[in-house]
Amino acid sequence: MSDAAHESQVGQTEEAGAGAPSEEGGGPLALHGCPVTDELGQRAVHTDAKGYLPLMEALYRDGFESCIGVTGVDYLTHPGRQLPAEVQPERFEVVVELVSFSRRERLRVRCQVPEDEPVVPSLFDLWPGSEAHERETFDMFGIRFSDHPDLTRILMPEDWEGYPLRKDYATGAVPVRFKEVPE
Amino acid sequence: MTADLVELLKAKTSEGAQEMLARNEETVRQLRHEAGGVLRLPEGVTLDYGDVDYERPDDETMILNLGPSHPSTHGVLRVMVEIRGEQVLRTKPVIGYLHTGMEKTGEELMYHQGSTNVTRMDYLSPFFNELAYSLSVEKVAGMDLPERAGWIRMLMCELNRIASHLLWLATNGADLGAINMLVYGWRDREVLLSFFEKVTGLRMNHNYIRPGGVAADLPDGWRDDVNAICDVVLRRMDEYDNLLTGQPVLQNRMDGVGPLDAATAVGLGLTGPLLRSTGVTYDVRRDFPYLLYDQVDFDVIVGTGGDCWDRFAIRVNEIRESVRIVRQVAKMMPKGDYRTQDKKFTPPPRNRIDESMEALIHHFKLFTEGFRVPPGDAYVPVESPRGELGCYIVSDGTSRPYRVHVRAPSFANLQGLAPMARGGFIPDVIACISSIDPVLGDVDR
Repeated sequence: MSDAAHESQVGQTEEAGAGAPSEEGGGPLALHGCPVTDELGQRAVHTDAKGYLPLMEALYRDGFESCIGVTGVDYLTHPGRQLPAEVQPERFEVVVELVSFSRRERLRVRCQVPEDEPVVPSLFDLWPGSEAHERETFDMFGIRFSDHPDLTRILMPEDWEGYPLRKDYATGAVPVRFKEVPE
Repeated sequence: MTADLVELLKAKTSEGAQEMLARNEETVRQLRHEAGGVLRLPEGVTLDYGDVDYERPDDETMILNLGPSHPSTHGVLRVMVEIRGEQVLRTKPVIGYLHTGMEKTGEELMYHQGSTNVTRMDYLSPFFNELAYSLSVEKVAGMDLPERAGWIRMLMCELNRIASHLLWLATNGADLGAINMLVYGWRDREVLLSFFEKVTGLRMNHNYIRPGGVAADLPDGWRDDVNAICDVVLRRMDEYDNLLTGQPVLQNRMDGVGPLDAATAVGLGLTGPLLRSTGVTYDVRRDFPYLLYDQVDFDVIVGTGGDCWDRFAIRVNEIRESVRIVRQVAKMMPKGDYRTQDKKFTPPPRNRIDESMEALIHHFKLFTEGFRVPPGDAYVPVESPRGELGCYIVSDGTSRPYRVHVRAPSFANLQGLAPMARGGFIPDVIACISSIDPVLGDVDR
C-alpha cells in the first residue's frame, strides 16, 4: 500500500475495529445492525433490499476497498436454506463479495430480494467495479439494479427472452438460434 | 442491393443498447463511465472531464468498432471506441460472443464432473479454474486434502502460470509488432504443455485437479522434467530480456501507455498484475493463503507507474518467481496420497473392483449418483495469472451444486480498459487490451 492515493482511500480503516462484529443490536453477532453468520470460516452478513444500501455504505466506510464480485442465486427450489432467524427468506439473493486489502479481510453480503419486486440499489457509486457484475446478474436473473448507469444485457444477445440462470428457466427448452446468413 | 445487405447485416448483428451509442442517446453517467471516469462518492469525481466535452456535436467524433474478429483482441472481444481524429474519447467492450452458459451447465453436473466444465473457462490457465472449483467444493463438503495433493496442485499451477505468462509475452509481442516473440513464446509454452500431457494426459483442459485431490500421481522422473523446464525457462527469460526488455522500440510502445492509478484500479475491482502495476500489493497467494503457499518463499511483484510497461515487467518477473516456487515445491514434495482416502468421495482402487462385489457397487454408486455435499455455501479465491479467480458454490444437500458462480478475473479486469485507453491513440488501445490479458472464455463463460 505504498501509493498515496490508495492510502487516502483506505484512510478510514483505523476506526476502532469497525469491521469486527459487535454486540449492539441485531443479535449475538451483528454488523451495522445486520445479522452475521460465520460458516466454514467465512463471514457473511445478511440483509434485505431495504437495508442493502445503508449497509453497503457503512461497509465502504469500514474500509472494504474492493467489491470483488456481485452475483445472484435463485432459491426457487431450495427455499429452506440456513439463514439467521431475523432474516426473511426470499426467492432471490444478491451475493456481494467484499475485500479489504489493508486488513486482509473478506466479507460476503447476502441480500434477500423478493420475487415480485426484484430491485436493489446499484453499488456503482461506491464501487464502480460492480458495474459489469451487476449487469451480469441482471442478465442472468432479471434482478434490476436501480441507478445503474447502463443496465443492459451483457452476455446474452440483446433480444434474448428470459433469464437463463433462474431455476424455472428450463435448459434445453430453447432451440439454439443461429442468425441466418444473408443470401 | 448492397444497401439492403448492409441494413440486413446491421439488423442481424446489432447488440442494441449493449453497444456504444451516440452521445445524445446516452446519459451523462454512462458517458462518464465509458470515458473511464470513476465516480466514488466520498472522494467525489476522481478524474477531470475537461477533455470530454459532452456538449460537443457528434459529427466531430466517430465511433469505431474493433472486433469481435480481430487478431489483436485475443479472441472474440469487441471494443467500441469513440475517437476524435486519432484520440480515444470513450471505450466500451461488448462481450458475450463466447457465452456458453457454463454456470448453468455446472448446475446440471455432479460435483465430481464439475471440474471438466470449469476447466474450459479460462483455457490458458485451466488448472486454476479446477483449483478454485475444487477448493470450494472441498470447503462445503468438509473434505480433508492430503498434503501431497496440495503440493502437486501448487506445482502444476505455478507451471501453468509460467505457460500462461509465456503465451502473454508471445501475443503481447505480436500485438506490438515484435512478431518474432510470437514464435518463441509458443515454442516455450510447448515445453510446459508436453509436461502437462505427460502428467494429465491432455495438453489443455486437463480435468486433473478434482475435488478431493488430483486425478493421478506424478509420473516417474517428474523431478528431472521439472528441473529441465526451470532451467530452460530461466535461460530463455534472459534471452527475452535482450530481445524485448532492452529494446527501445518496444519500450516506447508501452512506457507511459495505458496509465492507471491505484484508486481507479481498486475502485474498479481489478486484480492481478493489473492491480499490482499500480502499487497495490494484493496477491491472494500471500494475503489469503490457500494450499501450502504459506510454506514457500516468493515475492509479490509490484509496479509503480501503472502503465503497460509495468504490467510487462510484472509478468516477466512473475515467471521467474514461479520458477522459484516450482523449485521449492520440487524439493519439498512429500510422499503420500495424491487424493483423499475418505471412502465417501474416492472410489476403491481398480484392482479391488475385480475381487470385491462391494467395491464394485461402491464404485458404481459413486460415479452414477455422485457424493452428497451438506447444504451451505462457500467462496474460495485463488490467484490466477490474470487475478483473483474465485468460485462461489451453493449446495442444497444433493450431489449436484445448486449454484456455481465463477468470479472471472478477465471479466472484471476488462472494466479497466476505459480509463486506460482514454486520451490515448488507437494503437495504444491495442497495447492496453494486450496488457489486460483477457481470455474470452473466462470473460464470457
